[in-house]
Amino acid sequence: MKEYGKKILRENVVTIVFAVLCVLGFIASGQTFSYVLSEVASRLFRNFGLVFSLVIPVIAGIGLNFGIVLGAMAAQAALIFVTHWRIQGIMALIIAAAICTPLAILFGFLLGKLFNKTKGQEMITGMIAGYFANGLYQMFFLVLIGTLIPLTDERIMIYTGVGIKDTLKLEDSVINALDNIWKVRLDILSRPLFEAAAVILILLAAGTIRKKAPGWKEKLAAYGVYGAGLAAAVLLCIFNPSVSFAMKFTTVPMVPMILMILIGLLVNSILRTKLGQDFRAIGSNMKVAASAGINVDKTRITAIILSTILAAWGQIIFLQNIGNFTTYSSHEKVGLFAVAAILVGGASTKKATIRQGVIGIILFHTLFVIAPLAGKALLNDAAYGEYFREAISYGVITLSLVLHISSRVRKKVRK
Amino acid sequence: MNKRMKKIVNTFGVPRLIIMGYLLVLLIAMPFMGLQMEMLYTQAFGRIGMYGVLVLAMLPAIESGIKMNMALPLGVLCGLFGGAMSLEAGLDGWGGFAGAIAISIPIAVVVGILYGIILNKIKGSEMMIATYSGYTAVAVMCIVWMALPVRNAEIRWPQGNGVRSIVTLTGKYEKILDHFLEISITDELIFPTGLFLFFGGACLLVWLFMRSRTGILMKTAGSNPVLAEATGISVNKMRILGMTISTVLGAVGIIVYAQSYGFFQYYMAPLNMAFIAVAAILIGGATVGKATIFNVVLGTILYQSIMTFTLPIANVIMPEGNLSEIVRIIIQNGIILYALTKAGEHR
Amino acid sequence: MGEKYVLQMIDIKKEYYGNKVLKGINLNLKPGEIMTLVGENGAGKSTLMNILFGMEQIRNTGGFSGKILFDGKEASISAPEDAIRLGIGMVHQEFMLLPGFTITENIKLNREILKPGILSRIFGKRLSRLDRETMGQDARRSLDKIGLNIREDEPVSGLPVGYMQFVEIARELDKSNMKLIVFDEPTAVLTEVESQRLLDTMKKIASEGVAVIFISHKLDEVMEVSDTIMILRDGEHIKTVNKEDTDVIALAELMVGRGIDAGSIAPKRNFDDSDIILSIGHLSVDMPGEAVKDFSLNVRRGEIIGLGGLAGQGKIGVSNGILGIYPAEGTVSFHGSPLPLNSPLQVLKKSVAFVSEDRKNVGLILNESIEQNIAVGALRVKGRFLKKYGPFTQVDTKARRENAHRMIKDFQIKCVSERQHVADLSGGNQQKVCLAKALTMEPELLFVSEPTRGIDIGAKQVVLDHLVQLNREKGVTIIMTSSELKELRSVCDRIAIVTDGKLETILTPYAGDVEFGLAMSGARKLAETQDEEMKK
Repeated sequence: MKEYGKKILRENVVTIVFAVLCVLGFIASGQTFSYVLSEVASRLFRNFGLVFSLVIPVIAGIGLNFGIVLGAMAAQAALIFVTHWRIQGIMALIIAAAICTPLAILFGFLLGKLFNKTKGQEMITGMIAGYFANGLYQMFFLVLIGTLIPLTDERIMIYTGVGIKDTLKLEDSVINALDNIWKVRLDILSRPLFEAAAVILILLAAGTIRKKAPGWKEKLAAYGVYGAGLAAAVLLCIFNPSVSFAMKFTTVPMVPMILMILIGLLVNSILRTKLGQDFRAIGSNMKVAASAGINVDKTRITAIILSTILAAWGQIIFLQNIGNFTTYSSHEKVGLFAVAAILVGGASTKKATIRQGVIGIILFHTLFVIAPLAGKALLNDAAYGEYFREAISYGVITLSLVLHISSRVRKKVRK
Repeated sequence: MNKRMKKIVNTFGVPRLIIMGYLLVLLIAMPFMGLQMEMLYTQAFGRIGMYGVLVLAMLPAIESGIKMNMALPLGVLCGLFGGAMSLEAGLDGWGGFAGAIAISIPIAVVVGILYGIILNKIKGSEMMIATYSGYTAVAVMCIVWMALPVRNAEIRWPQGNGVRSIVTLTGKYEKILDHFLEISITDELIFPTGLFLFFGGACLLVWLFMRSRTGILMKTAGSNPVLAEATGISVNKMRILGMTISTVLGAVGIIVYAQSYGFFQYYMAPLNMAFIAVAAILIGGATVGKATIFNVVLGTILYQSIMTFTLPIANVIMPEGNLSEIVRIIIQNGIILYALTKAGEHR
Repeated sequence: MGEKYVLQMIDIKKEYYGNKVLKGINLNLKPGEIMTLVGENGAGKSTLMNILFGMEQIRNTGGFSGKILFDGKEASISAPEDAIRLGIGMVHQEFMLLPGFTITENIKLNREILKPGILSRIFGKRLSRLDRETMGQDARRSLDKIGLNIREDEPVSGLPVGYMQFVEIARELDKSNMKLIVFDEPTAVLTEVESQRLLDTMKKIASEGVAVIFISHKLDEVMEVSDTIMILRDGEHIKTVNKEDTDVIALAELMVGRGIDAGSIAPKRNFDDSDIILSIGHLSVDMPGEAVKDFSLNVRRGEIIGLGGLAGQGKIGVSNGILGIYPAEGTVSFHGSPLPLNSPLQVLKKSVAFVSEDRKNVGLILNESIEQNIAVGALRVKGRFLKKYGPFTQVDTKARRENAHRMIKDFQIKCVSERQHVADLSGGNQQKVCLAKALTMEPELLFVSEPTRGIDIGAKQVVLDHLVQLNREKGVTIIMTSSELKELRSVCDRIAIVTDGKLETILTPYAGDVEFGLAMSGARKLAETQDEEMKK
């Protein structure tokens, strides 16, 4: 049991360090808990799609898919056209989702084929492919639109008549269309949420005790820890005035939250199907999977296609919340931030779960929000904070990758 | 005839041929577009010379087996630091140039060794981690640049602490290499001899090194690590050596670049250097596992010529829009992707 | 089906690049029969099974000729899927298991039992859920058949190696239409207890009507479990016998004997008076697949001593361990003073050279020139081919080229020039380059591993002649590891047989075939016991 505890500690070093940094940063920044809670909540409910899209490729052994940028580009293309056609409200988003899906399938297919040619170097291939695709994307939207592709639309195009504007604002009715459908204050929502969480925990724990599958004791201990955490959270909410105020201050956009739960469940359900089993098989050992008759190349392509579709939908959810986007650069950091988030959540190039994605978004974005404020408070200069953010994002990826890969290399040598 | 064609295509690879064809088109089209050829050629000479050492930095890394040094920003940062310190000390002219190099080299050696040790623990994922290490280092250095207590008003932000984002070298040692033994072929067509002497000298030194005992051992470790270990060569040490030489060349390279360009660019600028150098050596015919001086020289010439000539032509064809930048992105990343797929095939 | 034979392989012939590997094999197998294939390395056993299982390397090298009848009908097997569909299963030597999966998941890999769900109704069959309960029951049934008492939902990664073999067997048994299972050297990695359980399982499977083809060289196991035994030698079908009609000694003789003529045995030389140049004491080497457990040997100066034995028994591990390629323990002394282990450089510096059996990975730098490949060893170890300029060195291209020219001439290496990339050369010429590299290091003691592997017949003799010449003219002591007994007997003064990671015995080249066969199959003790039994 103690071995298990040590193992958990070692594998989640990055998460723990990050959590500590968040706490320290929060104290240093001098911000209110309300501000932080509401900011992080809104970021959680707009970033989840992009982060969740990373899970399947990791399970399928392809590593961290930096190529989700292509999905983001598909989404942006769809939104540009939807804005051009002046479609309003929620319809705009639904149609955008419909348009970007076949695009995402195409991009995912091409990316999957590329990954099959570069087995073992997928992560850097994805990154470079993202830059390359960005070049093509810019070629299309900046150079070809208005020239080879006749289009006139003063609202979205550059005044010269060639190319889409640098910053594009979505139609007013489209901005926050998903969020505004139904909003609930967090303190009102918290009661049913906690009750539901408690019920689910008890059911899961009971099921584990009943089945007694190998490793059930560890699972039970984990549920115990969650239960304790849940109880602590409940107590905090009731008795700590700044926490309960923060909860009154924060509103939860219900539709995105429901979408988050649905997409999370969708990914997990897929992983429990035959397809998911195939993903896990090729992720474990491609040779053995092939000898059992699984078409490894085709399965990898399927994994990337799914990832790209989820990334596209995720980017639509993201952009409807932000409202405007820089046409040519908003997708650049998409891969970076999503990967950093899931790594902070405890994922590695070989293992990723939805749960890690959620934890990762919360921690990563907390620090993201706090860092510039802490920098301003400590060193009297907010600019430090901006660079600190970048350094942390890149740094966490580097550190996390070095830790995981070096331990894997060491294990291989030891064999 | 068909067989010969096929052989040429196979040796060079389709993307490389496309790039060479594209350059040919540019060279032919330019005079017809009424562009000032002589000035453009001068610019091209300048750009080839100024990026040369940075591209050269890729060679020891590739040959020692750590693949393309995506962590070149580490070396660049050492060079930038040396440049700042040399200016802070008030050095100018040849002293300033030499001072910058002299300060940055020992730092680059230490950084190269430390990073090489890390690289040895992550064999197989060098490029990925190198890219992110480079990004992290640049970001961390941004904080350092901001906090650095420099006193020289020319490098300091007017309103207080920290290094400026662009530090000019006018009056210090701008183009000191370019102008050295300059040859004015015509009024507008100038050949920066000093710059090419330095680039050529660096290439010569690297070439001699690769033919020395240590160089051959390093190459062996890169080509076949198993054989190398069986022959008593420490592959780990060779990899650290390759990384260190590459980092030092990166530091020197950025100083050469800055003196020609006229500015030291701090903060986020070093990020792109690695990709430019990687793309150039790949265009020159190198692969993920093998590179020669010829690849370095040819690649720099091709890549920088394309960059120099595309901009004015793009501006004529399409005055609006940043066509030349887009072309650069597509060519640069396209060639790297191609090299990655080729490396994957040889597995 | 009531057919007499479940499998008939008729007149199977196979060539690999002009080399006749199978010369017309006939195999008849009845349902429920256990047939063992016995033979030396290279006899053709694995090739025959690869043909039966439709492996890709058969197709890629020109296919085969002959007919295969399964259950009385002609069968066309061009891929493993075809074999699986007919009901042929194979338990490989290399485990095809996923460590992160449970036993059930491994048994059912890509044959999972599915049940419909929401996703499958929309998106198709591949998104069906897994019916883990039924899968578990099936797995339990297969495990019980073998008598394995572990939980089917245990992850495979925690199992001891021996158990993994059984999971593979359970997987094959789980396939509903199994009619024939091939076991390829299954007891290689098992303990004695596990091996016994495996043999019992095999008998049980056979008793239920499944035919078994068993490949093994452990003659005691063969005698215990077989109904019929088929001996192959040099791609030829020597004999098929019933177990009752033979014994260990007879099998050993059939395996090895080829009526070797006196002319191709090495001349008698006596080295008893020579000093011991290399002394190996209790060497153990951790080389995957060729582990050495406890090997001791004294090598006399000036002799050519061979290391022989069956594949996987450790003969290859000895040289690799001493030369530091794989981790080794034990004591080795050279000229009386201790030789450090796990340090290639120190061994090479003492004028000990090595030609590895793994030409492409350890022996050569494929994308480098011939001249550089030949020079690199001596350059590193002895500093040859370098010109000194104070503290700096530069490679002496002229000396390097001259050396290469000489080697190319001496060895008749067929190439365009010394600057040609080694990757473009044929296997035989590549091997010559490896030898040239070793000789350029001017060794006193030379380890050569599988010197003529993959070389055509004509070139084989050239290589062996060179080794002999090196020994006779330059006095180089040679330790030669080879799978080809004939080769060892034609060149060596003594031959050490390595079995089960230990020195089994040392024979002279003109010892009888029986002795070699028994030594290599580790059944000497068994034969001695048999002898004693007969004397009673």
